[in-house]
Formats: sequence, C-alpha cells, structure tokens
Amino acid sequence: MGFDSAHLIALPELVLALGAILLLVVGAFLGKRSMAVVSGGSVIVLLFAAIAAGLGAKGVAFNGAFIADDASVFSKVAIYIASAVAIFLGERWLTRIGNAKFEYPVLVVLAALGMGMMVSAGDLISLYIGIELQSLALYVLCAFQRDDAKASESALKYFVLGALSSGLLLYGSSLIYGFAGSTHFADIAAAASHGSVSAGVIFGLVFLICGLAFKVSAAPFHMWTPDVYEGAPTPVAAFLAAAPKLAAMVLFARVLAQGFAHAIPEWSQVVTAVALISVTVGALGGLVQKNIKRLLAYSSIANIGYALLGLASGSQQGMQAMLMFMVLYMIDVTGFFACLLALYRKGEPMETLPSLAGLVRVRPGIAIALTILSLSVLGLPPLSGFWAKFYVFRAAVSTPGMGWQAVYGLVFSVAAAFYYLRMIKTMWFDEPIGETDVPPADARIVALGAAAFAFPLVMIGLAFLDPLTAAAAKAFGLA
Amino acid sequence: MDLTAIAFHLLAAILLGAALLVVTVRNPVHSVLFLILSFFTGAGLFVLLGAEFLAMLLVVVYVGAVAVLFLFVVMMLDVDFVSLRFGFARYLPIGLVVSGLLLIEMILISGAVAARGAVSVVKNSLVSGVSNTEQIGRVLYTDYIYFFQSAGLVLLVAMIGAIVLTLRHKPGVKRQNIADQTARDRKSGLRVVKVNIGEGVSE
Repeated sequence: MGFDSAHLIALPELVLALGAILLLVVGAFLGKRSMAVVSGGSVIVLLFAAIAAGLGAKGVAFNGAFIADDASVFSKVAIYIASAVAIFLGERWLTRIGNAKFEYPVLVVLAALGMGMMVSAGDLISLYIGIELQSLALYVLCAFQRDDAKASESALKYFVLGALSSGLLLYGSSLIYGFAGSTHFADIAAAASHGSVSAGVIFGLVFLICGLAFKVSAAPFHMWTPDVYEGAPTPVAAFLAAAPKLAAMVLFARVLAQGFAHAIPEWSQVVTAVALISVTVGALGGLVQKNIKRLLAYSSIANIGYALLGLASGSQQGMQAMLMFMVLYMIDVTGFFACLLALYRKGEPMETLPSLAGLVRVRPGIAIALTILSLSVLGLPPLSGFWAKFYVFRAAVSTPGMGWQAVYGLVFSVAAAFYYLRMIKTMWFDEPIGETDVPPADARIVALGAAAFAFPLVMIGLAFLDPLTAAAAKAFGLA
Repeated sequence: MDLTAIAFHLLAAILLGAALLVVTVRNPVHSVLFLILSFFTGAGLFVLLGAEFLAMLLVVVYVGAVAVLFLFVVMMLDVDFVSLRFGFARYLPIGLVVSGLLLIEMILISGAVAARGAVSVVKNSLVSGVSNTEQIGRVLYTDYIYFFQSAGLVLLVAMIGAIVLTLRHKPGVKRQNIADQTARDRKSGLRVVKVNIGEGVSE
C-alpha cells in the first residue's frame, strides 16, 4: 500500500486534513488579524478538495475502510461547496458582530472532512469516526457565540442528544459486529447472505438506524432540531441544515445498501415508518411556530422524511431520488438562511413571522427571494422543490407496495404548504411595520443566487444533476 | 505452588483490598491513593498474563493521567465529601441488588468460559517471537492506520473546541516576560529619592 494507491484514493481527505492543520498554524501565528486570510485559505482548500474528489482516483483503500465511488464523489463535491458557502456567510457575519475568530473556518473544514469520511465509509469504525469528527466540530460551531445563553443552550442540547445517539449507534454496531463477525460492510453483507439474516444483526441494524436518524433529525429522533436551529448562530444553522444532512443520508444509504443488501424488506419497513412519522411531525409541528428558524427546523424534519421515503423504496431509482432531493433541498435551505442573515431591523435579527409583515414594500429583492424559496420548498411546479418531490414520489410509486405511503406523503406536503403560504401572505399583504437595515452584500448574493437556482436555473441544473445522480445511485449497487 | 501463583494471589489480594478501601476510607485523598495502588496491582496482573503493553498503558494512562487528575480535583476543589455520603444507608439495598446481579453475571460468564476453555474465537494472527507491544504496533500502523489518524483528528477538533469555548484574554493579567526582565537596567529599575528626616517616602 504505497502512496500511489490508498493515498490517491483518499486525496480529498488528505488535502482537507493537511489544509486544516496548516490554516490552524497560520491562524495561531497571525492572531487577531487572521480571520480573512484563514477564511480565504479555507475556501481554497475546500475547492481544491472538491476538484481532487471530482478528478481523483476511485476505488477502495485501507482494507475496505474507505470507498471512493460515484456516490461519494458526487456528495463530496456538493458537501465541500456547501461548506465553502458556509464559510463565506459566516466570516462576514462574525466580522460584523465582532467575534471574528479564525477557528470558525478551520472547524468548518474539519467538519467537511468528517462528512467526506462519512460518505466514503466502508466500515463501521470509519462510519463512527467520520460521524464523531463532523458532530464534534458542529457542537463547537453551535456554541461559537459563547456569551449567548441561547447558543450555549442549543450546543449543550445538541451535544447531549448527539452523545446519546452515538451510544445507540455504537451499541447497534457492536451487535452487528458480534453477529456478523466483521465491521466491513462487504463482509457483513456476505455474512448475511448465507441463509436468512440473524435476529441479532437485525436488532443491531435497528439501533444503527435509530442512531443515524438522530443525525439526519428524522422523527421520532428530531427533538433537538428546533432548539438547535433557533439557538445556533444563523450561518452555523445554515451549514447545519445543509451539508451534514446530505452526508448522513448518503452514509445511511451506503450502510443499508452495501451492508444489508439482503435485508431490504427488513430495513425498508423501519425506514418507511421513520419517514412517515417525520413527514407528519414536520408538517404539523411547523403550523404553530412563530420563529422562522424553528419553522425551518420543522420544515427540514418533513423534508428529511421525503428523502427517507426515497431511501425506503430500496431501489436504484429511490437512491437517485434521495440524492436529487437532498441536493435541491440543500440549495433551498441555504437560501432561506441567507435571507434571514440579510434581514435585520435596527441591528436586531428579524426572526419571527410577524416581523416580516409587508416586507415586499420595504425590501422587495429579499421578499421575492423568500417567496420563490417558500414556493419551491412547498413543491410548486416548476420550481426546484417540485422536481425534488417528483423524483421521490416517482420512485415510491414505482416500488410495489409503497403506493399508499406516497399518497400519505403527498397529503402532508399539502398540509405543510400552509405555513409557507402564511409566510408569503405576511410578506405580501400585511401592513409594513417599519424600515429594515440595508442587507449585507454576502447574504444578499447567496439568497438571490439560491432563489435564482430554485427557478429558472434549476431547469439547466436538472440536465446536469440527473445523469450525475443516476451514476451515483448506481454505485450503491441496488437493483 | 510456583512463583507465578504466589505472585497472582498476592497481587489479587492487594487489588481487592485496595479497591475496597477506595470506596470505604473517609479521607478522599487516601481514597485516590488506594485507587493508584489498585491500578498498579492491576498492571502487575497484566504483566503476569504476558500483556505487558496493557500493563504499561494502565500505568501511563490511568496512574499518570487519570488518577493524578482525580488527585488534583480532590485537593483543589472544595468538594464536600460528607454530604456526598449522605443517604448511603438508604441506597445500600439497591446498590447491593445491583452488585449482586453483576456478581451472578460474572460467575455465569466465568463458568461458561471455564467449561469451554479459554480459547479465543478471533482468528489467530499472532506472530511468534515478537512482543505483543510490537504486534499491536504493527497492526495499528498498517491495517488500522486510517482509523488511528482519523481518531487523532477527532482529538484535534476536541482541543480546538476546548480552546475556542474557554480561552479568554483578560486585560491586565500579569505575565512573565523574559525580554522585559532582561532588558531591565539600573535606570528603569532603580529610583533614587531623597528622604527627609521624619517624613518617609511619599508615593
């Protein structure tokens, strides 16, 4: 195992790890003035890693612990770009509020490294280490405003519940290891294919699914999400809602498809149940929320439900639907949070629904962006959210025995539409309640960019994303 | 009775006695010292088993780091140990039930292992003629290098997190500055004042 094989396959991770350490040293030596340098460096490191992932070698390295295939490459490029956007938004925001510490970009790079390890995991140990690396960095990022009581509360809740979910995950992993005799996904699949899958493995698998459901904030393991989104600094929440969810979903898909390909009926029913509960909780919980960040948290719970519905179909088409859904959702949710970053009134963030009243007459640009993004997430054709749901429901309908689940999901997506429509009504038809501050350029660019992608750029984007997600879905090796 | 058996029984007896004293002595500092003693005797038992790497690990990690940390906590923080013991008699029955269950489980497991014979189910990959420290090293730095390095990165994140969340630069903290100290000369360090009789030096 010389440099040329294993290290080339893991080149994006090497770039990120060495880059993060280098930037840490640069930041430590430059001190207070280092934020701009380290942030710029981090964005460059992430873009290099994305290029290395896109052009790099594919294969299996480190005795099967690390897998680079179409699925990992696709998700890594998306994750690294989303992380770079998070650094861009966060750097400006932290500088504005006077908390420009260079650790922020370094931690985002390390979180991106953890996510890259998650989507490339081929072994239960690398799965766990990837999740821990990502989660630890995110806990710290949530508490980054350490003098803010809400941020500390959110970080503490996230940390304690995250530790609990790691415990569930490890317990499941130890059961799987005990009954299957290996931690490699391929070996677990081989052990499970001899005759029927043993009850011990299924038992462990259910725990593993519970642990992963925590990480993607699927109901009934969602209780941390609203509090964390509300308390975390807004750029961190934007990061939290996008890239880690994609990484955890791809990891979810990889464990189930590559480790338990012979137990599809067994895991499919668990995932379907989690998906339907998420859709319900997300739609109903969002109805009573006044805080937009909490609303987005419930929206993300519902949307993870749709992505899990694609996963539950257990087919290649379902995996493609999941990947497509997650990428389109990531862009929408980043745009949403960028809008929140752009909306300040007298130096205070406008985070409640009533504060948006009559926004279209005060800030037409941001209001129109928010409207387009809301319509997209509720699934109005031909916006990007419609296509995301279209892929999922197409996969669900074409899977035998999943017809009523698809109908159930559709019904609750209509119920969830209410809270997006209420937001639009507040912005367009209520009386304005006062001027807002001039939105910062960075947040405005990201918000308008995401809205422009939601429509009309999505039509061009789909032409590229469709073959890419199809190739990525094939890598999971399902029929 | 050969020497190994004598050593085993001696170490085991000391280990049990020390462990019992850890939870029963009144003085918390003594309690930590007995904990260190039990770690040392545990390490001795590992050496008897031929697992010298685990023995070293136990001494370095548990005695060197964990127990010393305990000692610091016990001595530096003003923990009221008397109030911690409050309700000892009330919770004793539950504690006895739990430890009784634990005891039954351990007896069952050791019975099963004794009946089966202590055979490992893991495929034997031991190389003869190499100490087990070297064997662990060989596996850790070849097959498990990816996990090993990634675990290091997790620790790096933990360290960055601890620093970000707790380090505060307070103004006005007096620190030693060697450059300032050596640059000090007679002009900056000494002031000659004329003291009038019966008046003293005014600041």
